[in-house]
Amino acid sequence: MCGTCGCDQKIEVVTLEQKVLARNDEIAEANRERLAGDGIVAVNLMSSPGSGKTTLLERTIRDVGRDHPVAVVEGDQQTPLDAERIRRTGCPVVQINTGAGCHLEAQMLSTALDRLAPPRDGLLFVENVGNLICPALFDLGERERVVILSVTEGADKPLKYPHAFAVAGLVLINKIDLLPYVDFDVAECRRHVAAVNPKAAVLEVSATRGDALPAWYAWLAQLSTLS
Amino acid sequence: MHELAIATNIADAVCERAAGRPVHRVTVRIGALTAVVPEAMRWCFTLAVEGTVADGADLEIEHRAGAGRCRACGAEFPCADLILLCPCGSADVEVTAGRELQIVSMEVADVRHLRL
Repeated sequence: MCGTCGCDQKIEVVTLEQKVLARNDEIAEANRERLAGDGIVAVNLMSSPGSGKTTLLERTIRDVGRDHPVAVVEGDQQTPLDAERIRRTGCPVVQINTGAGCHLEAQMLSTALDRLAPPRDGLLFVENVGNLICPALFDLGERERVVILSVTEGADKPLKYPHAFAVAGLVLINKIDLLPYVDFDVAECRRHVAAVNPKAAVLEVSATRGDALPAWYAWLAQLSTLS
Repeated sequence: MHELAIATNIADAVCERAAGRPVHRVTVRIGALTAVVPEAMRWCFTLAVEGTVADGADLEIEHRAGAGRCRACGAEFPCADLILLCPCGSADVEVTAGRELQIVSMEVADVRHLRL
C-alpha cells in the first residue's frame, strides 16, 4: 500500500545509498587523471570577492610563467573581465560564467579543459567564483585548494566559513601592505586557521608589493616536484 | 545557494533510477558538518524535481550529528561545528560522523501492478 496517502497503489522501496555528489566526484576523478596524465598541477583558488585573486594570478603568471607553462580557468557569475586581465599577461585562459551558479563544478572544469587544452607539464590555476561557502563542497579534480583571505576582511573569517578553510592545503593572507591602515590581527587569524585546519600552511603575502611571493612560488614548485 | 546544485544532483540520480516510474518519497542523509541547510534543501528539492517523475515527492531528511575522535588521546566526542578541538586540548581530530551527504532510498510506484 502507498505510504503517502493510503491508496492501494503498490509502492516499491529502492535502496540507493549513494553519495549525493557521486556524479560530480566521478567527473572530478576523471579530470584528476587527465591532468595527471598530462603532468599538469591544478590549483583551485577560493576566496571572497575582492580578496585579490586575479591580481595575485597576474603577478604569479608574470613571475612563474617565464620558466613554466601556466594556464588559467576563470570562474565568475558574469562578465569576461577577469579572463581579459589574465589574457593581457599572454597566458592561455578560458572564462566560465556560471550565471546564477555560485561555484564551479567538475563538469565545468572538464568542458573548460577541452577548450583550453592547457600545456603539458605546466600549472593550471582555477579561479573559483568569489564565494567562501559553495565552492568548498565541489571537488573539481584539482591537486590542491588554496584559500585567499585579505587583511581588509575580518581575521575571524576562518571561523565564519570553516568549510572552505578546512579543505585548503594553503591559506594566503593577502594585502599585508595594507596592515598599517586596517585593524587586522595576523596572529589571531593564524590561530583561527589552525583551529579549523591544523595542517594548512599559511603565508602572509602582498600581490601588489611582492611580499612573500617567493614562498608562494616555492609552495607551487613543491607540488610539481611531488607529482 | 549550493543547495540548488545538490538538489539537482539528487533529482538527476533519483529520476535515472526511477526509469519513468513515479517517485513518491526520497530519503536523504545529511550530516551536521556539511554546510547544507535542510530548509533550503527542501525548497530547492521541490524546484529541482518540477516536471520530472519525482514532481511533488516528499523529501525525508535523516539528520546525522557531528562526532570526532582525538588522535592524541583517543577520546570520542560530539562536534557541533568544524572547530574540532578535543577536551584534552588537541586539535588533531578525525571527523567520524557528520559529513554524510547521501541519497538513502526512494519510494516509487510499482508500475507492474498498475492497470494501464
